[in-house]
Amino acid sequence: MTEPILSVTGLGKAFGGVRAVDGVSLEVMPRETVALIGPNGAGKTTFYNMISGRMKPSSGRVRFQGRDITGLPPHAISRLGVSRSFQINNVFTELTARENVEVALTALHGRAFSLFRPASRDRRLLAEADAVLERLGLRPLADTRAGVLSYGDKRLLEIAIVLATRPKLVLLDEPTAGMTPEETRHVTRLIRGLAETGEYTFLITEHDMNVVFDLADRIVVMHRGRLLAQGTPEQIRSDRAVREAYLGEEESA
Amino acid sequence: MNRNASAPSASVAAGAAARPSGWRLAVPLSLVLLLAVLAALPSFAPYFYIFVVTEILIMGLFAASFNLIFGYTGMLSFGHAAFFGMGAYTTAMLLLHVELPLVWALLASMATAALLALVIGFLSVRLSEVYFAMLTLAFGMMVYAVAHQWRSLTNGSDGITGFLLRDFGLGLDLQLADPAVYYRVVLAVVAIAAAVLYLITRSSFGLMLRAISENPERVAFCGIDVRRHRLAAFVIAGLFAGLAGALFAPFNRVASPDMLHWSQSAEPVLMTILGGAGYFLGPFFGAAMFVLLETWITSYTEHWMLFLGIALALLVMFFRRGVLGTLLDRMLRR
Ligand SMILES: Nc1ncnc2c1ncn2[C@@H]1O[C@H](COP(=O)(O)OP(=O)(O)OP(=O)(O)O)[C@@H](O)[C@H]1O
Ligand SMILES: [Mg+2]
Repeated sequence: MTEPILSVTGLGKAFGGVRAVDGVSLEVMPRETVALIGPNGAGKTTFYNMISGRMKPSSGRVRFQGRDITGLPPHAISRLGVSRSFQINNVFTELTARENVEVALTALHGRAFSLFRPASRDRRLLAEADAVLERLGLRPLADTRAGVLSYGDKRLLEIAIVLATRPKLVLLDEPTAGMTPEETRHVTRLIRGLAETGEYTFLITEHDMNVVFDLADRIVVMHRGRLLAQGTPEQIRSDRAVREAYLGEEESA
Repeated sequence: MNRNASAPSASVAAGAAARPSGWRLAVPLSLVLLLAVLAALPSFAPYFYIFVVTEILIMGLFAASFNLIFGYTGMLSFGHAAFFGMGAYTTAMLLLHVELPLVWALLASMATAALLALVIGFLSVRLSEVYFAMLTLAFGMMVYAVAHQWRSLTNGSDGITGFLLRDFGLGLDLQLADPAVYYRVVLAVVAIAAAVLYLITRSSFGLMLRAISENPERVAFCGIDVRRHRLAAFVIAGLFAGLAGALFAPFNRVASPDMLHWSQSAEPVLMTILGGAGYFLGPFFGAAMFVLLETWITSYTEHWMLFLGIALALLVMFFRRGVLGTLLDRMLRR
């Protein structure tokens, strides 16, 4: 038996009277790709926020590689190897695409307090930044200010920043939201390629069911803050409660 | 979330790659030329202008140190005079009581100012935006009150006077009492300090600061301790403000509580906005405009503040990125 890389027990978050996440327990195994789905407001982003340290849980524990990370600050959780993307583009618009990636690499290589060495002379770091950009097909845009990138390219840069931290566990919050079908296929292929390297464990929220069924080893369904069901894509597809709560809405919409 | 609006980001200066290549040489060449002219100034300009330019250089360093936390890191401090004053008092006291060579007094002033910045910064940098500004203002007022009330140490509102400039140290035989010599010392020290500050803004650390100014949360999710970086920037800024103050006390022949007053904290803010926070030299440019305007306008009218107010209002309305910033933006077509 291998140990789960992520183990969440009884995780809860209340905003005033609203229980956005209500006693969720979940285990994710190393190298697994888990899709977390659920209708709008189900609590998926809040769940991510608690795992990644953006919000402190009202109740429950989060363990990563056997270590309790509940309530640690985001930078500490990131350094342990948990990295997340954001549902809304959250890149550094005033920096170039390469500099965006460099921010993550600088922390990784312990250069964040390197005071007098020009960042532009750090060849190893620049080469690594370019390699990450290359992987996402953003290399030709390396010197472009992120603010003027297209929406889809910003979305890709969002993932590039995440990968640059060399995470073991990657939380992607709707990576293809707002993308064109072609961009969506590109990102899906990319994530599948990364998953196949065996270096990463993915937890992905997505509203696009094609992407979900394409990528997920396992699907977890959230509804009103609770876990409604989990299982293989086939099991979820045929689950009646899920169809009623979620897939039905999706089809009728 | 992007909270870009609160402080002008310094990151535009980063886009060297986007500039036409001719500019790469133009900037260093014009800087060398400027330094040469400044170094030669005493041989053709009257003393009056030497005093004016000395003040511009010192205030420029003060403003540039402020801009490390304002333009680059996105923190608006209203208490930066505390470190300027700390430097001024340290140098004045050391020259008066210990009769140290100037260079050691300058170094000691940087140390005391950095220490004060460490204490104030430790308590302030955890707060964001308005609360940070208010807390730095409050600490600045406290430091002012201490300097004003602790008569036995600081001589109250009269300040520390009567100290003499002897030698510079390092085996250099300089007649510091001669304003032209003191001016050249200030020019050399400010040029070195500015070069070090510039290097810091271009380093990996500087990149972290620019990223923090735009989006501190995302920086944290990249594994970086934002608070420690803010504190480090605050201490470095305090250290260079202390150096500026240390140069100012011998120039002014006094270290007085005025140098710690909150209105003194407003000066680097105004200078930086005048010149432009987006370029490294913006604060120096702003300091020059500020000091020159003040000198000329006060020779015609007593209402210097009124004219400064009008000038600032116009600038904020029509030159959002400061005078130097707007000019360079135009030239570089960014
Ligand atoms: N910071 C907050 N303060 C108050 N309520 C919040 C906060 N964040 C989320 N909520 C509420 O918690 C519930 C869950 O929101 P959450 O964003 O986690 O859902 P989601 O599953 O990510 O939805 P979507 O698919 O639309 O992204 C919603 O009712 C939302 O209004
Ligand atoms: Mg969400």
